[in-house]
Amino acid sequence: MLNYIFEILPSLLSGVTTTLQIFFLTLIFSIPLGIIAGVGLISKFKPLKAVLEFYVWIMRGSPLLLQLIFVFYGLPMMPGIQIVFPRFDAALFAFILNYTAYFAEIFRGGLQSIPNGQYESARVLRLSYWQTFRKIIVPQVVKIVIPSIGNEVINLVKDSSLVYVIGIGDLLRAGNVASARDVTLLPLVLVAIIYLALTAILTFILRRVEKHFSYWK
Amino acid sequence: MLELKNITKKYGNRTIINDLTANIKDNEIMCIVGPSGAGKTTLLRCISGLEKIDGGQFILDGKQFDPTTSENNVVGVVFQDFQLFPNLTVMQNITLAPELVLKQDKQTAQRKAQELINQLNLDGKESLYPYQLSGGQKQRVAIVRALAMNPKIICYDEPTSALDPNLRDEVARIIIDLKKTKVTQIVITHDMDFAKKVADNMLQVQPIK
Repeated sequence: MLNYIFEILPSLLSGVTTTLQIFFLTLIFSIPLGIIAGVGLISKFKPLKAVLEFYVWIMRGSPLLLQLIFVFYGLPMMPGIQIVFPRFDAALFAFILNYTAYFAEIFRGGLQSIPNGQYESARVLRLSYWQTFRKIIVPQVVKIVIPSIGNEVINLVKDSSLVYVIGIGDLLRAGNVASARDVTLLPLVLVAIIYLALTAILTFILRRVEKHFSYWK
Repeated sequence: MLELKNITKKYGNRTIINDLTANIKDNEIMCIVGPSGAGKTTLLRCISGLEKIDGGQFILDGKQFDPTTSENNVVGVVFQDFQLFPNLTVMQNITLAPELVLKQDKQTAQRKAQELINQLNLDGKESLYPYQLSGGQKQRVAIVRALAMNPKIICYDEPTSALDPNLRDEVARIIIDLKKTKVTQIVITHDMDFAKKVADNMLQVQPIK
């Protein structure tokens, strides 16, 4: 059995690399974009707000799986504008769009939970809007949103397995291929263990981050 | 001297303050008293520039003055619930605006803050966060934070309402004591005993029928 595990491990690990690439690239782009969109969602400029609300509704209201299929298989079929993405880019594009919407909602909620008195208190001290945002609002919002962001981060690890459907060789695909070829359950068990290990590491890191911000209440 | 001339403030159709005229002399303690709903807090919000007035004008030392656009820090405010910044220490709460707005360097801001901290018996609390302070201490930090911007006028919104009754005399003592610093103080309160204790001058406001 140990021999077999060592035999399939390289293909699983190469699958993990792909999974992690999607994971990190999605986070790197969708968190900053989510902050920007979150600020836009509380904007007093109605058209901007309406467009962003529509975008969030589409992204949260339809399955991520459908969005993946749509971007990879659907866009090339679109009459007039035939956009063809390479597989990996298509996956990344769909994930970033989808996760940005979730992060935007989380940041919107965080921003709205700061009492108006904080803004007024900054205003009578003559702080500019930008100074208020940077020194007072952002640090408070960050602390508030960390648990929700953590939730999405854990989800993202597991959601990344959806790229399977557009033929990307991620961890799940590597395991499934081995399992079907060798008619054994073992690769799938290994896949589960690797996912659990990844989420356990993330849970640990997120706890540390939360603890880091517990110096004030 | 701050003159309020025919100040009118409306929310929609509701008139909150109607044609109010008053003079507040330099270095005096002016108490604005009246029952709730009389527009006391609204008046304070107008003086501190948080609300626009619908009629009348403010005149400061003979010159017309618009609190909503005034660049320099003329009016400081101590809010009813203090509104300290929870993510900053006592020292950072106090020095934030002097550093960012008055462009004081860190040492200068901290030195000035320390003098005020000592004056209001907050020494030893510099590196604590607001959640670690009692109500009375939070209020004193809020007062120091306002004073650190060298305002001409400092406004208090119901300074006794969030505190233990036995801390009332303590607040009165602080306010009277601050006359030394030559700051003009406007105190909004519904507490007549407190007002009588601190006021040099009193302005009665009544709800508009």
